[in-house]
Amino acid sequence: MFPFSFEWVWDAAHIIFFGGLWYALSILGMGMTYVIFKSLYDVIWGKESEGH
Amino acid sequence: MDSALIPDGAKRCSFPVFAIGIAAVGAVLLWGVFAMFLIWFKGLNQTNMNDYYGFALWIWADLAVIAIGGGAFFTGLLKYIFGIDELKNIINFAVIIGFICYSSALLILAIDIGQPLRGWFIFWHANVHSMLTEVAFCLSCYFAVLVIEFIPNILENKQLIKIPFLRHVNHNMHGIMAVFAATGAFLSFFHQGSLGGVTGVLYGRPFGVREGLLVWPWTFFLYTFSAAAYGPTFTILVTKAVEKITGKKLVKDNVIRLLAKIAGWMILVYIVAKIIDTIYWANVTAPQLGFTLNDFYGHGFYRIWILYAEIIIGGILPALILIFKRSRENSTLLVLALILAVFGVCLNRWVMVLQVMAVPVMSFDQWAHYFPSWQEIATTILPVAYGIILISLTYRYLPVFPQEQELYPETIAAAKAEAEAKVQEEDAKKA
Amino acid sequence: MKQEQKHGKTYKFGMAIDLDKCTGCGSCMVACMSENNVPFKVDESNKKDSISWMKVFKLTNGKSFPDTEICYLPRPCMHCSGKDSHNPSPCVSVCPATATDTDPTTGIVSQIYTRCFGCRYCMAACPYHARYFNWWDPKWPEGMEKYLSPDVSPRMRGVVEKCSFCFHRYQEAKDKAYVEDRDEINEEEYQTSCTQACPAGAITFGDLNNPSHAIHQLVKPDPHHYGKPRNPKAFRLLERLETNPKVYYISEKEWVRKSGDNYLEGEWEKVKNHHG
Repeated sequence: MFPFSFEWVWDAAHIIFFGGLWYALSILGMGMTYVIFKSLYDVIWGKESEGH
Repeated sequence: MDSALIPDGAKRCSFPVFAIGIAAVGAVLLWGVFAMFLIWFKGLNQTNMNDYYGFALWIWADLAVIAIGGGAFFTGLLKYIFGIDELKNIINFAVIIGFICYSSALLILAIDIGQPLRGWFIFWHANVHSMLTEVAFCLSCYFAVLVIEFIPNILENKQLIKIPFLRHVNHNMHGIMAVFAATGAFLSFFHQGSLGGVTGVLYGRPFGVREGLLVWPWTFFLYTFSAAAYGPTFTILVTKAVEKITGKKLVKDNVIRLLAKIAGWMILVYIVAKIIDTIYWANVTAPQLGFTLNDFYGHGFYRIWILYAEIIIGGILPALILIFKRSRENSTLLVLALILAVFGVCLNRWVMVLQVMAVPVMSFDQWAHYFPSWQEIATTILPVAYGIILISLTYRYLPVFPQEQELYPETIAAAKAEAEAKVQEEDAKKA
Repeated sequence: MKQEQKHGKTYKFGMAIDLDKCTGCGSCMVACMSENNVPFKVDESNKKDSISWMKVFKLTNGKSFPDTEICYLPRPCMHCSGKDSHNPSPCVSVCPATATDTDPTTGIVSQIYTRCFGCRYCMAACPYHARYFNWWDPKWPEGMEKYLSPDVSPRMRGVVEKCSFCFHRYQEAKDKAYVEDRDEINEEEYQTSCTQACPAGAITFGDLNNPSHAIHQLVKPDPHHYGKPRNPKAFRLLERLETNPKVYYISEKEWVRKSGDNYLEGEWEKVKNHHG
């Protein structure tokens, strides 16, 4: 899973597989981080949500 | 009693009736939970699996729930990426069904492994060449996507939405939902496919093995496509079931019919691909390994009917019903098509797991037999009970179906009038 | 895999079983169980969930008396080499946790019990049913645990196990060679327990890369065709699947050789001369 685990090999298979994985996880992580911080900002600075 | 949590204007049964219903399903759930702990404490000797049948009911259940749970990613893809806006009226429910299916699959996997406490080895010591590794990674990640997609719906609960922070979270999540949906579709493509690859790569098992493209056997693509095609049929089927149980129309016919039409065409394309795959496998792949169709379909339960049932009854027939406007708009035929479609995809997953194990490979070996133990059956029914409870809770406390209010304007008007009357009464009391 | 030894000789251990010599006595099975601490149940009547790394199958020619012939076929793990480097043995390629691997220095397919988490994908992949799951915790009759081999770790419930070609004996032989300052181990220094236990001398074990070893002379492996036997009386199980086993069988009888694989109608007649 990480380059320091002993099964890790710097080959195409590992780079593609884990590249895809970390790419997807980063998008999810960054997306949720954005949502949390944006919401905190909106609450603190009083921007009223238009709601859904 | 719990009216403070029920969405405004929604008419729900009284709390005691609801509680009795939940308790009844809860009893089944507890039965499953009991079996689950029995298996965790005593081990897989509680099952009827054996060394010939190492993959059995649970793996089928995993494959089947993930196929029928495919409605979530495909509906999301259609709505957020292809911009089919009508589907916003069913996307919440599709996500909930997907959430139930995927959480169930993860639970079953946790029961299915011999050393559950070492389950994390699949991530930590990952062999990237194994289809199961790809399944585990994409499944877990996609489950995270489903949780993210489910959160805004939960936050729309009448009480939660009053909290400013959560209201903003809900709003902001809706704002970037397309990004999450796209990630979900990307992950789904790979995990649905790798589930297809699970048996497709077994080159020691001529019944399961398929040739393919690069590292992916044809079943990889067939599974992805079939999940996209059949997933929405399960979403619609459950919607219809909820409508029947609640006695209410929850999603407008035009939305249902649109999704059904798309599913119909998708199933047709899939089934053509499946037929081509079957013909190639039966005439080229298997004979190269010394097998004929008779060798695969010549014993006990596993006869050639199973192939016809999957392709014709569970494929061509529902596809045709869903494609043609007249049959699609006939509610009985529509429900029939949905049931056949769900049956078809589940049968496909059954064959691709159970029959692969049953067929003897060595010329002097015998067909393997298996019937699940009660513990396996109970733990497979467990997710069904869990699903019913979760759907009941979400239907009661969350605005799952946006069109419900639109379809019942008089109920809303009555509820609003009642609320206003209450306020006036309280004002009068204060005065 | 990454920390593989860069020094020393590369072996390719294999086994040849002369089916015409095998009497089906089961000594190999017993020796294997005792050597490798293979657990057993109180009631062993259900063979589908009892463990026998070495299992003897009974084959018949399907003819009625007086033409009936039978043959006993001992089946250890085949230690498949697989199709190519991208497709190692069917089980190694599918194990999600890298709990089974092919040792590049010996060709032996290993099983790491403490790494296996019991998904059983390898069992589904193996067409020889050479892999066994520990459905129960191993329980030894009172006092018997004292007789367990200290060289082989007993397995816990919930993991898969299989024949290791008595790998601990290889380690022992290697240690001995090291102490005696030798680079190579001798043929007789590393023999599996089933080989030694067979009263008929039906099993031959050795290095398929070494032309001086008996097994090499018996099967004459073709290095250009994944070790396919050049001896016309030798064959491998399910050759057509391209699993490329390191276990060979030898028989003078044509029907026995035919039983080693699956053939369409009339196909055997065309290929039998290639197979012997």
